[in-house]
Amino acid sequence: MPSAPSIIDVSHLRKVYRMGDIETVALQDISFTIRKGEFVAIMGPSGSGKSTLMHILGALDLPTSGTYILDGENVERLSEDDLADIRNRKIGFVFQAFNLLPRTTALKNVTLPMMYAGIPKPEREDTAKKFLELVGLGNRMYHTSNQISGGQQQRVAIARALALNPAIILADEPTGNIASAQAEEIMAIFQKLNSEGHTIVMITHEPDIAEHAKRIIHVRDGVIVDDSSGHKQRKAVLHHGTD
Amino acid sequence: MELTELLLESIGTLAVNKLRTGLAILGIVIGIGSVIALVSLGQATQQSIQNQIQSLGANLLTISPSAQQNGAVRGAIGGGTTLTLEDAKAIETSPQVTSVLNVSPEVQSRKQVTTGTNNTNTQIIGATPAYASVHKITMATGAFITQRDVDSVAKVAVIGPQVVTDLFGDGATPIGQTLRISGQTYTIAGITTSKGGSGFQNQDDIIIIPLSTAQKQLMGVDYLNSIALEAKSSDMMTQAENEVGYLLLARHKLNTPEQADFRIFSQQDILNTANATTGMFTSLLSGIAAISLLVGGIGIMNIMLVTVTERTREIGLRKALGAKKNTITTQFLAESIMLTFTGGVIGILLGILTSFIISRLLGSLFIVSPSAIALAFVVSAAIGILFGWYPARKASEMQPIEALRYE
Repeated sequence: MPSAPSIIDVSHLRKVYRMGDIETVALQDISFTIRKGEFVAIMGPSGSGKSTLMHILGALDLPTSGTYILDGENVERLSEDDLADIRNRKIGFVFQAFNLLPRTTALKNVTLPMMYAGIPKPEREDTAKKFLELVGLGNRMYHTSNQISGGQQQRVAIARALALNPAIILADEPTGNIASAQAEEIMAIFQKLNSEGHTIVMITHEPDIAEHAKRIIHVRDGVIVDDSSGHKQRKAVLHHGTD
Repeated sequence: MELTELLLESIGTLAVNKLRTGLAILGIVIGIGSVIALVSLGQATQQSIQNQIQSLGANLLTISPSAQQNGAVRGAIGGGTTLTLEDAKAIETSPQVTSVLNVSPEVQSRKQVTTGTNNTNTQIIGATPAYASVHKITMATGAFITQRDVDSVAKVAVIGPQVVTDLFGDGATPIGQTLRISGQTYTIAGITTSKGGSGFQNQDDIIIIPLSTAQKQLMGVDYLNSIALEAKSSDMMTQAENEVGYLLLARHKLNTPEQADFRIFSQQDILNTANATTGMFTSLLSGIAAISLLVGGIGIMNIMLVTVTERTREIGLRKALGAKKNTITTQFLAESIMLTFTGGVIGILLGILTSFIISRLLGSLFIVSPSAIALAFVVSAAIGILFGWYPARKASEMQPIEALRYE
């Protein structure tokens, strides 16, 4: 879909961490565009800078230099509260550790971002129920997060990410803490959501998980080493990468 | 995010860890409880002392002889013999004195009193009929001393209920019976109603006989121990004090108030002294209780800091999902206010219960001070804000990435 509008547009992103006198360059010079409806995996070994990239894409952190346009809004120089607002409206997070509120029902967890968006309570609960049913947890709405399995917890997190109809779903190692059978279910949900038009960006270091995406961006030492959308190219790169 | 929802949510969070919540508010409960109990007890004490002093007579001024300056030698206080019945009559009749309603000349002495079988040692007061109105004496049975008793130097006595109990047994009405004071026989003419006083000038443990009889027959004196005055109103106390003071100075041929051979006490002076004393005790005790409240507040701060650290990941998540700084601050402030407020309510109930039990045990008045309760509410909420502010601020300033990573 080359003509689809761009959702993420980063150019010359650079991130430097400073600890005392020591400077660590996490991202050197990153530029890419993600268009609406794409399903992108960002891959790289640990220390490659992919987590830093994910934090910047998720508006959890700001780049040292470079520009980041998310769904038409310039993100790179916003205040803390404006960033919170951007995260709330435009990004649906799915974390490796699920990050649900402990001892809280699935329903309540899904309503959380809507509460911060100022949506009235009855409407919140209706929307939350709809999305919990969508991820197949219609019968687990009133279970608390410690009463359900890891795979189910991650599905609650996906429902939570969908709640405010975000511009992108940003998943950070979404299957990292889940048994492989359930991981397949999670990836199936992502593919289904993508086929319905959701834009998904997923950070992972597992090649077989990355395979579910249509496009894979390889990051190493803070630079993009490969960005391929063709199936065959991808296979080749995977081989190369695992050597 | 609405306020009610915020409060409901904070109740939910606090209910999750009941033991910790309970321990956290204990300091506030004890602090508020002791302030309420001590203030209530202090006010009850103050009230009962006031009642007792006022029962001695309203708008009362008492003149007593003071140390007399005789050349360089100063006599003992109260030992003077300078007040006379003529002084009392002059106060009553002088046109200069306009603010005095009643004048009661008095002599008094402790004497041994016997009936055939029992005996007691009590205060004997020589008085005129004016004594009853000045000192607010009412009769349970019989009659008070009359002017005719005074004129005829009659051997009659009006006795207090405590004396009745001591000499004749509880509930007896020995009107017309006799008792002996220092070997002289007196006929009982009346019994006063109980004033419930105790300790300091017990108004139930007295025997009143005619002034003339007391001076001439019993004590053999021609002076007075005191003159009690009733001013026309409480506003006229100072005026009465001045009028009577200058009249007596003139009568005693003294030039300046510094030379006075008498002293005038007003009921108000005694009341003020008593109020100041009990008030000081109340504030001293409340001050100590307030310190425990402060310690309780520090306890709340400690718990809130632990909570914030423990919930770092939750705070990170909330921020990632769109919570602004103020939202996080408000959330944690709501929790600490809820803590101290709950502690405050329990403390108030506990304080009321404690002061009720103590008042029952001591048989004293039970007063619950509405102002102390209102203050306790405000103070407990204020402690929540004061000691919850720093932890809440700390929570709101966490960086979402750091907080999400926290293990």
